[in-house]
Formats: sequence, structure tokens, C-alpha cells
Amino acid sequence: MTQQTAHEGREGRRIDVVSLYPNDMNIYGDSGNVLTLTKRIECYGYEPVLHSYNQGDPWPDNVDIILGGGGQDSGQKKIQDDLHARADTLRDLADRGTPMLVVCGLYQLFGKYFETLDGYRIPGIGIFDAITVGRKQRLIGNIVEDSSDFGAIIGYENHSGQTFLRGGTQPLAEVSRGEGNNLDDSTEGARMNNVIGTYLHGSLLPKNPDIADFLIHRATELRYGAFEPVVTKEQGSELAMLDRFSNSARKVARARPR
Amino acid sequence: MSTDPAETTSAAGSHSVRSLITPALGKAVRAVARLHGGGSALPGRIVEGFDPHFMARTLGQLPLGVMMVSGTNGKTTTTRMIAKTLENLGLKVFTNPTGSNFTRGVVSSLIPLVDTHGHLDADIAVLELDEAYAVHFVREVKPRYAVLLNVMRDQLDRFGEIDTTAGLLAHVAAATTGTLVLNREDRRIAALAEKSRAHTIQYFGLEANLRSSFPSDDDLHSQKTDSAAHSEGYRNLPADVTLSGVHDHSADFIVGRQNYSTEVKVSGVYNLFNAAAALSVVRAVINDPLTQSTHPQLTATTTEELLKALSTVTPAFGRGENIDVNGTDVELVLVKNPAGFRLALASFDARTADTMIAINDEYADGRDMSWLWDVDFSSLRASGVAQVSGVRSWDMALRLGYDDVAVGSVEPDLAAALDAFVRLNPGVHKRIYCTYTAMLGIRKHLAELTQVKDVGV
Ligand SMILES: [Zn+2]
Repeated sequence: MTQQTAHEGREGRRIDVVSLYPNDMNIYGDSGNVLTLTKRIECYGYEPVLHSYNQGDPWPDNVDIILGGGGQDSGQKKIQDDLHARADTLRDLADRGTPMLVVCGLYQLFGKYFETLDGYRIPGIGIFDAITVGRKQRLIGNIVEDSSDFGAIIGYENHSGQTFLRGGTQPLAEVSRGEGNNLDDSTEGARMNNVIGTYLHGSLLPKNPDIADFLIHRATELRYGAFEPVVTKEQGSELAMLDRFSNSARKVARARPR
Repeated sequence: MSTDPAETTSAAGSHSVRSLITPALGKAVRAVARLHGGGSALPGRIVEGFDPHFMARTLGQLPLGVMMVSGTNGKTTTTRMIAKTLENLGLKVFTNPTGSNFTRGVVSSLIPLVDTHGHLDADIAVLELDEAYAVHFVREVKPRYAVLLNVMRDQLDRFGEIDTTAGLLAHVAAATTGTLVLNREDRRIAALAEKSRAHTIQYFGLEANLRSSFPSDDDLHSQKTDSAAHSEGYRNLPADVTLSGVHDHSADFIVGRQNYSTEVKVSGVYNLFNAAAALSVVRAVINDPLTQSTHPQLTATTTEELLKALSTVTPAFGRGENIDVNGTDVELVLVKNPAGFRLALASFDARTADTMIAINDEYADGRDMSWLWDVDFSSLRASGVAQVSGVRSWDMALRLGYDDVAVGSVEPDLAAALDAFVRLNPGVHKRIYCTYTAMLGIRKHLAELTQVKDVGV
């Protein structure tokens, strides 16, 4: 399903955002990531076009950014076949540098496999060289982590799968407060090209607008050669207000109990 | 069918000495706890340790047994409506006070009420229990009646997933002996009929035209999903009571097959849907053969009399409670989870009031702020939000910002925010959406400004 908004004078500034499986992989406010991204694209004077892609839907003609969220176990099972049918397309996009953000459940499925508590292996699509194993203990709470590219990333984690990175897959960040990928090391999330995987939801992008802007920069560079914002005065003050709110919210979140 | 309420206790008769000592012990502990300003759960904890069957034994004496109300949203309102309606019909009702919806809270509130022989002077218990505590409770006490309202995303940090929460309620469905009352509009609740061994299962429901006011978590982000289609099947089940119309101070219900209209003190389509649940389970009590033998006068109650008994019930603490502050009407609306917040926003007209939102993230509120992103605030766009407060006020302001809702002022301190808010536009109705601990803070500060009814929380 495509939601198209016509904007005058914005030919050649369209950015196609694909929300992956919003019907089944969208809990813990993942839709906040979609909202944040599309709003910021608009504030920078680009035209966001949102494609909600669910299983069985036709794949959009053009894809500039992909967002994916977490789901209940039942949701993950439902999308399984479709995700594997789209695996080549997704891997190809990742290789070409398409920016993506996958959270929680889809982060796990972007790895090699997920082994459930009872030993059943759900194959992933292998964009990350990472494996996830189901554990009894849930890792829940406020989390703060440091990333060389994005500085402090602040959010909330809630997962029982523990992820271990291998090979050339780098973590997104080092955890300074909280658990992150697993209980053994201090890594959180994964990076491969411009694909970011993370356990932070809650939502990630509103309180970490630098990551949203990273996705927008990469997308505009890839499609139009450069990031060239055209920001009206009104849009400028709106962005400033959102970033002021976000900065204050980050300060508070940092100091809250786990 | 089990008609002997003594069956509800597994320990009846075997603790004759304790049945004498426990009440005295509990009262003594309670007196000490009061002196030291201790929490209300302390006596419960000590009694549970000394006499683990106190609750089952005490509740087991009640001639009409135990009724349990559980689900994510609306427990308090529904419990209050049932208890007050039954009282208005002449029964003596034991019910747990707001906010103590866990087993120990039930024990604590029983202690001051039992006499020195361990006797509880009541006809029936109507208890609100949290999903997780409900599982513990039904291990001890088999409810004669249960009302299961809904499963929605709430405090995922505690239960994990909605399907898990439904699994918790399945224990209640399995333990209920007499009548199980289920929400036909919630497919996870309606499906619990399969788990039930109750004598009777009945449903409460909504007329089709009101369903759009009740977005379920399944409908939230999807146009037409498998799960939405799945719920269509349940919606064809015959309902015992259906909410069919909502007006300013009245509501329409279909009871049996007849249409009725009644005045109501509670407002908001969501609270009125809870009223349908309350009506249905009270009907179950009235029609119960056990009632015929113990309270024959009750069985003659007509539907008109039943609706009249319901019509005077006032809202529970924080569920549309109105407080007068120097001539300005301040309304408190508790919001605990995305579905509840959406329902609250859909229930009230934002243009006729000034709006404040107060969000805390204490354990009782839920630490995770992600839920704010599952609420659509665009209905506040026209009016804006005059004041945002609470520990997580900046998260809330950020959320509103991304929904293009203008924010007047952000003040994390509740007292300061409240002072500024009630001074704004004197005489204009004020509505405050707040999380649980934010509501406690607001009520505390309001009590300094005006007379606030002590509701014992
Ligand atoms: Zn998650």
C-alpha cells in the first residue's frame, strides 16, 4: 500500500521509505520510528513516500530507506516465509548501501539464525554475521550506549533473545548502562554497510535524531548524489523545537532507574 | 454445577485455632503498621505467612461466593460498578479498594472487616485482580463468577506479550465455576470460552456502529489483517448485554433482546462498555439458582430496576473524576497504556476543555516510554496541550511535537505545573490525563488547594 502526498516544486526530491511488516512486526512504539523519519525528511524539504510492506504485497519500485520493528513470537512466525522470499532483494539493497534500521525481532532475523529455547533454529537472512539464541531471562530496562558515529544512544531494551556478533559485523555501540546484545559482552546492535540493527525501541529515532538524520543523509546521497536540505523558516524552527525536546528527554532518560 | 460455596475453600474447618487467632493478629499488626506509617500490604504479608489459608477460608463463607474482574483496562471502573449496583440492589458486598488489585491487598483489606471469630459480614466478594495475581488467586479460591474485560498492551516489561497475558487469564476462565462473562469484541478474550469449565458462559458486546471507537491493539496499525478478520467470527456470538448508544448523560443497552435507555453518571464510551460487562454479570447473579435459595428477593429484580441501580454509580478514582478547584472544574483521567489512552482521547471532546498531560515512569507507571508512540494524539491538534508535566514530560512533549500538537508549557514538577494550569483561563473546564503515580501526586497537591475526597489509596 502506498500513501502518496503531492508536493509542488519537489520533483526529484522524493524519498521512498519502506516500513517492513507493520502489521505483524510493530510493537513497543516502532511506528514512532516511521513517524520521526518521515517528518524529518519533510522538514529537510524532501518528499517522504511511505510504503507499508506486509507479506504478499508487491515490492515497491524504488526503495531508499527500510525500517523494521519487533514482533511477538506469533508475528515473527507469520512473516518468516515472506522475508525469505525477499531475502535476495534485501541483501542486494544492503550491498548497494541502502540505509536500513531494523529493531528487535527483525534485527534478529537479519542475522544468520535464531535458536529458540527448545532448540529450534529459525533461519535469518544473513545480512549480519550474527546469531541469536533464546534465553529464559528477559533483558529489560533503560539503556545508554556509546557509538563512535552517533555519540550516546539512549533508549529502552526488552528482549529475551541474546545476539552474538561474528566475523566482520561490527556492533552499533558499546553499552555503558544496561545489557545490550547479550550477557557476555558489552556490545549492542550491529552495523553492516548502512544497515543498523538494534535492540533499542521505545522509540529509538525520536530521542536519537542523529540516527534518523544518518539514514536520510545516506538515502539522499545514494539517490541524488548529495544531501541538500531546503528548509523553510517554519521547518527550521520545528526541527529546532523537536531537537530541544529530544535533548531534554535524553537528559532525563539517562538518569532514570533501569 | 457446584452450588456449595464452601467448596471455594480448600481449607475450611481445618484451622479452627488459626481462624480465631489470625483476625486478632492481623488487627494488631495493622495497628502497629499504622503507628509506624507502614504500607497497607504489611498486615497482609504477615497474615499470609502465619495463616496461608486465611483468604480462602474467609471468602469461602460468603453465601454468594466470589466474583473476579480482570483484564488490562477498566478493572477498577467495572468492579466499582458491579459492587455499587449489587449494593443498590440490597446486597452486602466486600470489594478491594482501588489500587490493591493483588492477593495480598485482598488479605489486607479483609483483616479489618473480619470479626474475632473470623467471620466476614458480606453476601458476595467482588474483587479486581491484576492478570498475574489472578493466577495466584484462583489457585486458592475458585470464583463463582468472573468477568474478563480485554487484553491490551500494558506493562510489557512485566508480562512480555499480549498472548502471554491472555494465557494468564485462561487460568481464570478454567477456574470459574458458575458464570464466566467475556468480552465478545476482544478475540483473545472471546476465545477463552474454550478454556472454561464454567456452568454458563455469556458475552457482553458492542453494536457495530460503536466498534470504531474501540481500536484494539490488532487494529492499531493495520487495515485488514488476519487477526481483524478472525475477530469478525466472535462478533457474531449472541451477547447477553450490548452497548448500543452513547449520549451526553445517558446510554442505550440491549439486554436480552430488549432495548433500554438509562441515565448514567459515568461518561465516555469506554466506561459505558464496562457498564455492559457489569450489567451482564449482575444479571448472572440475579438468575443464579443459588441466589434463588439464599436471596429470593433479588431474583425478582426487573431489568428496569437493574438499570436504575446502575444509573447512580459515580466514576471510580481517576476515571473521569471531577474536582472543583476554586470554581474551576478539574477532571482527572488515568491513562496506563496505549489502548486506554486512545480510548480516553476518543471519549472526550478536547475543544471544550484545557488539556494537561502528566507522565511518570515509576514502576507502577511502567518504565518504558515506547507506549506513548502507540497513541495517536492528532485529536488534540486543534486545541493543543496547555501543560505537560511529570518525570517524563519531555518525552511527552517530543511525542506531541511529532504529531504536530502545540505544547504550551513543559514543567516536570507536578505541583508547579498544576498551579500554572488551574490559573489558566479561569472557569474553563480542565482535563488532566495522567499516569498512576502522576495522578497520586496531582491529587495530593489538589488536596492542598481544595477539598479532595479521600479514596483510601
Ligand atoms: Zn523490542
